[in-house]
Amino acid sequence: MKPIIEVKNLKKRYRLGVIGTGSLAQDLKSYWARLRKKEDPNTMIGQENRKVGDSFMALNGVSFTVNKGETIGVIGSNGAGKSTLLKLITRVTGPTEGEIILRGRIASMLEVGTGFNGEMTGRENIYMNGAILGMTKAEIDSKLDDIIAFSECADFIDTPVKRYSSGMYVKLAFAVAAHLDSEIMIMDEVLAVGDAKFQKKCLDKMLDAATNDGKTILYVSHNMATVKQLCSRCIILNEGKVIFDGDVDKAIEIYLGAIGSDTIFGDLSDTPRFDGMKPTVKLMSYQIMNKDFSVFDNKEPIRMRFKIKAEQTVENAMLRMIIKSSELVPVGTITSEKNINVVAGQEYTYDVEMDLSSLASGKYIGSFTVFTVNEKIVDEYDSITDIFFFEIEETINEDAPWHSRWLGHNKFPDMTITQI
Amino acid sequence: MENYEVVIRSKTKWYDLNLKEVLKYKDLIKLFVQRNFALIYKQTVLGPLWLVLNPLVTSVVFTVVFGQFAGLSTNGMPQFLFYMSGNTIWMLFSSSVSGTSSTFLNNAHIFGKVYFPRLTVPVSQMITSVINFFIQFVMLVVVYAGFLVTGAEGVSFSPYFLLLAVIIAQTALFGTAIGIIISSVTIKYRDLAVAAGLILQMWMYLTPIVYTLETVSGPLRTLLLLNPMTAVVNNFRYCLAGNGTFLTGWWIYSLIVTVAVAFGGVVLYNKMEKNFVDSI
Repeated sequence: MKPIIEVKNLKKRYRLGVIGTGSLAQDLKSYWARLRKKEDPNTMIGQENRKVGDSFMALNGVSFTVNKGETIGVIGSNGAGKSTLLKLITRVTGPTEGEIILRGRIASMLEVGTGFNGEMTGRENIYMNGAILGMTKAEIDSKLDDIIAFSECADFIDTPVKRYSSGMYVKLAFAVAAHLDSEIMIMDEVLAVGDAKFQKKCLDKMLDAATNDGKTILYVSHNMATVKQLCSRCIILNEGKVIFDGDVDKAIEIYLGAIGSDTIFGDLSDTPRFDGMKPTVKLMSYQIMNKDFSVFDNKEPIRMRFKIKAEQTVENAMLRMIIKSSELVPVGTITSEKNINVVAGQEYTYDVEMDLSSLASGKYIGSFTVFTVNEKIVDEYDSITDIFFFEIEETINEDAPWHSRWLGHNKFPDMTITQI
Repeated sequence: MENYEVVIRSKTKWYDLNLKEVLKYKDLIKLFVQRNFALIYKQTVLGPLWLVLNPLVTSVVFTVVFGQFAGLSTNGMPQFLFYMSGNTIWMLFSSSVSGTSSTFLNNAHIFGKVYFPRLTVPVSQMITSVINFFIQFVMLVVVYAGFLVTGAEGVSFSPYFLLLAVIIAQTALFGTAIGIIISSVTIKYRDLAVAAGLILQMWMYLTPIVYTLETVSGPLRTLLLLNPMTAVVNNFRYCLAGNGTFLTGWWIYSLIVTVAVAFGGVVLYNKMEKNFVDSI
């Protein structure tokens, strides 16, 4: 059987510099400037990345095939070309080179609720949205009840959607998209919206579609936990190219390695310090001791080994790690005891163990500081910002998926409750 | 579903118009038309009454200004019927143009996120314009019948009336074709969106709406006849009220131009549609 999706040497070039200027007058100015070999007045400045002349290759020769029934995760850091790839597959924009062969209908959930009109009722919008996604009226008729039931909006289905809450809006839109009779489902991070219960429902629906209906799923996400849950294969994009295609666990490992240069072992001797400081109790390296890559179950501690080189004698120093979320918002700080005692000229090795069980699942970035506190005055001897990338994994079979966006990054120990 | 296969390539043949796919989305076109009507009249007091009021008021104004003050010839046709017939067919043309001329700009947010055959949008606009036209046309026929029954001068029964269907279809198609060409060009040059209104206005005065072709002679007459809408308006009046002369040769010319522009418009539209998201 032929693969359901074939992507062959796909390239997408975006023009930089002289972008669509929007008026004939400006285009004429550009043309006139080029004629006289002068600098184009409409050139944008400050764009260097992946530049080829005055253009930028968002995708630079991507090839892969997907067989029917596979669930593929597409991961990669921001700007790797994930969205561009999906836009090409969903035909929102055309490729510059290469081709895509699709042997099935596509349900795109890239932007749920596209085409919703606030003036129209939920029911009218189901028809409109379904038709935009390629359903016929008869198809929608036959699925209307399922869609309404899935959306949990039955009571408001004849109310204009402009009066809906954003959650209801998304639920309705997802319900329409999820019920489209398609062979291929394409999902961006649509699961990041709606409440936790609904997200679980969506994920279950996807899993069900993949395992029972043999649907092919292309899932793009930064959430490694859901990728792991949903996908049977993973593609990593980096700078417009496929750098890995295969096993999910391996892909996540490589991806996390790619975003934070070698996360299991980090050589810190040449790393630039915060504010250009000259470290006097210098962190030389860190190494993760209890894992092969920096993904931790929140039930287990993180064990790390630090090498420190002292150029100054310091007593009662401490080590701390500031933990930031992947949006670089500080989440919390974990500090050691005051037992780093070093003598100038000596090298030391310290093992640390951190209990991060209250950290919710997600990706985090750690910053390390060696410091002392004397009468509330803080002296820093070394400080390295945003260097240690790690992920806390959701333990499977938990009560409900954790969504930091709503619930925060801290999962405190269970509260005690007693009936009197 | 087994044989379903779509190939997405960087370059497609220029004649690969995918019109079949548009037909598959006929339910979407229907919904777009419904939405167009719902949205236009949702928060108006008079609602669809505006459709009737609009040409009536314009025709009254034309009768007073061009007929009474300026005293322009109407070829012996009752002035009100003359202006109303010209206005009605012109409004079909101008609403077809203006309804589709900003297709890309107005729908950028949808087009940028989800794929469906882009031609469904202008096609549904065209259908909307035609439905609007028919409401006005019924009124025009009533006015015409009134003049006919009362035996007004310059009004007779035209055996050509069946040709009206061709003329109406041609006008809607030509207007829509001009509209999608404008919408394709405005992706790059926004100027045209502003200019479109002005162009339409000038175009109207180059078409015998407020005057008759018979009053114009010499090179100016040839210029007017080169405007495809001239034969359309002239023959529309002829087929409706049997007044004036039927232009055969120039109408055939106008039909050829319409087909050519429509084809060119669809080709251009399809070409722009593929990558317009990147340049908007």
